[in-house]
Amino acid sequence: MEPIQIVFLIGAALVLGSAVMVVTRRNLIHAALFLILTLSGVAMIFVLLEAFYWAVIQVVVYIGAIAILIIMAIMVTRNVTGDTVKPFNNMAVWAAMLSVVASGSLIWALSYWPAFDQTAPVADTGEYVIRLLGLELFSAEGYLIPTMIASVLLLAALIAAIKSAFPISQEEE
Amino acid sequence: MQFLEDPVLWIAEWLREVLLGWGASELVTNMTLNFLGAFVVGAMIMVIFILLTWIERKAAARFQDRIGPNRVGPFGLIQPIADAVKMLTKEDTRPKGADVVGYVLAPIVSVFSVLMTWAVVPFTQKWIGADLSVGVMYVAAAGSFGIVAVLLAGWSSNNKYSLIGAFRGVAQLISYEVPLFLSLLVPVFLARSMGVNDIITSQTAVLFAIPWLNIPIRGFFVLAAPLSVVIYFISSLAEVGRAPFDLIEAESELVAGYHVEYSGMKFGLFQAAEFLHSFTFAALMALMFFGGWQGPWVGTNNLTGWLLGGFYFMLKTFFFYMMVMWSRLTFPRIRIDQMMNLNWKFMVPVSLVLLMGMPLIDYGLRGQELWLKYLVLFLFNLIVGLIAFAWAARADRRVKTHTRVRFEGRPVAVMPQAPAAAEDETAG
Repeated sequence: MEPIQIVFLIGAALVLGSAVMVVTRRNLIHAALFLILTLSGVAMIFVLLEAFYWAVIQVVVYIGAIAILIIMAIMVTRNVTGDTVKPFNNMAVWAAMLSVVASGSLIWALSYWPAFDQTAPVADTGEYVIRLLGLELFSAEGYLIPTMIASVLLLAALIAAIKSAFPISQEEE
Repeated sequence: MQFLEDPVLWIAEWLREVLLGWGASELVTNMTLNFLGAFVVGAMIMVIFILLTWIERKAAARFQDRIGPNRVGPFGLIQPIADAVKMLTKEDTRPKGADVVGYVLAPIVSVFSVLMTWAVVPFTQKWIGADLSVGVMYVAAAGSFGIVAVLLAGWSSNNKYSLIGAFRGVAQLISYEVPLFLSLLVPVFLARSMGVNDIITSQTAVLFAIPWLNIPIRGFFVLAAPLSVVIYFISSLAEVGRAPFDLIEAESELVAGYHVEYSGMKFGLFQAAEFLHSFTFAALMALMFFGGWQGPWVGTNNLTGWLLGGFYFMLKTFFFYMMVMWSRLTFPRIRIDQMMNLNWKFMVPVSLVLLMGMPLIDYGLRGQELWLKYLVLFLFNLIVGLIAFAWAARADRRVKTHTRVRFEGRPVAVMPQAPAAAEDETAG
């Protein structure tokens, strides 16, 4: 076994193991912390695939924003420490069966994909990929309009938030 | 290869030959050298932290018209060692009901997030841990672990002051990350690259030479984007949580913020993270806007390359670190609403305008001389800055008069009861 395979197995075990911990922990904060570990593991897999950009985006978006948001939400809605919840209810069996069926059928469908058992070609790494992505996002033939719509929406949300944070002026009162 | 040309590479090559001579495989050798490199960089930063505490004490003393540490060693230079011994020998307390894993993990994650940043910092042209093509994004990613550490420390201490401090801290850190990285995107767009070393090398372009003396003026990005530098500096102050933005650990309200319950070396790690965060942001300011290791007579592949380059980089970094301390010791702490207003109503809009306007100007002036481009960008920054300050001053005046009107008619919660008390006394 090559060393990179060992590293991959460690990463995969990290992702799967901590994902199981996320759904089984009774302490919600611990579950959220294991979620951070899972997301870091996914970032590690991206690094192994030499997709540094996606690894970094994974950390910035999922750990830097979403996981923090989840932890904040838990903290403001629950007691400080030692608050536990029951992770399973009586629908757990059905949920487990459904997820097994769903992931099994996904793997079965993917196995008919011609590239499933081939070695992936070596990807271009470095500057070039990001440049290509940027060109694709901002070219009229590519994804210019969705990108613009998303950015205008975000800008509108930001401006609205700033506007609503100002005190109400006297004329409106 | 000569030792003086590039000592780090020379030592690495020598170690590689030694390890291969011992019969280690290529893989093991590479891994050992990589781990060793990471260890050396991390250890060097921690050693700088020891120096920083001394600088901090001395500078604070000078700003406050004191002498500072002067008993232990010459100029008190061994004082940090004494501090470290004190830290290590203190009792390591843990509050009752604390979440053990989170409580122990938080200071480690805090320091880890700072040390991670130094992987992409080029000390000289060649001494860079990993010249990632996404260097700036990587810095952002490393910083997001710092927020996790703050939340973790505040929550796991099982103390309401820590928790409130952590909430404040996270609100502040998340808010100020926005203008921080919006202003870091300006050098990225000017250099057309996210790699830190690319950003530095694209600042070598000569704008013009001073006539007769023949001294070239290089296009450091501070000349093209001075307003971005100001925004970056202010938001980096907030990001490290130092005065005037130290309301995360406002002593008068929150005891000490998210690390109230920490003692001994665990607290020492938080302190290390804070100092090194300031230092890291000072280094990033030097790299992104002030040309990093560039300076007069820096060569490419010889003694001056690493010696002068490293010297210039450290000089710039320590200068900006001094500026951080200067503002820390000069300005009083601001209130939380002032902090949020400054960020969301001033710095974020201004940096968005800059980020939208500057590429447009750059595109409009494509094919033109570089100095003309820099001049127009500089003027654009100046105009945006003046308009923004004028507008902010007007809005500030309006808010002030408005709040005064609103507070005048407020009923008083408890009416004075003096006559009743007097009656009671006579009755008794």
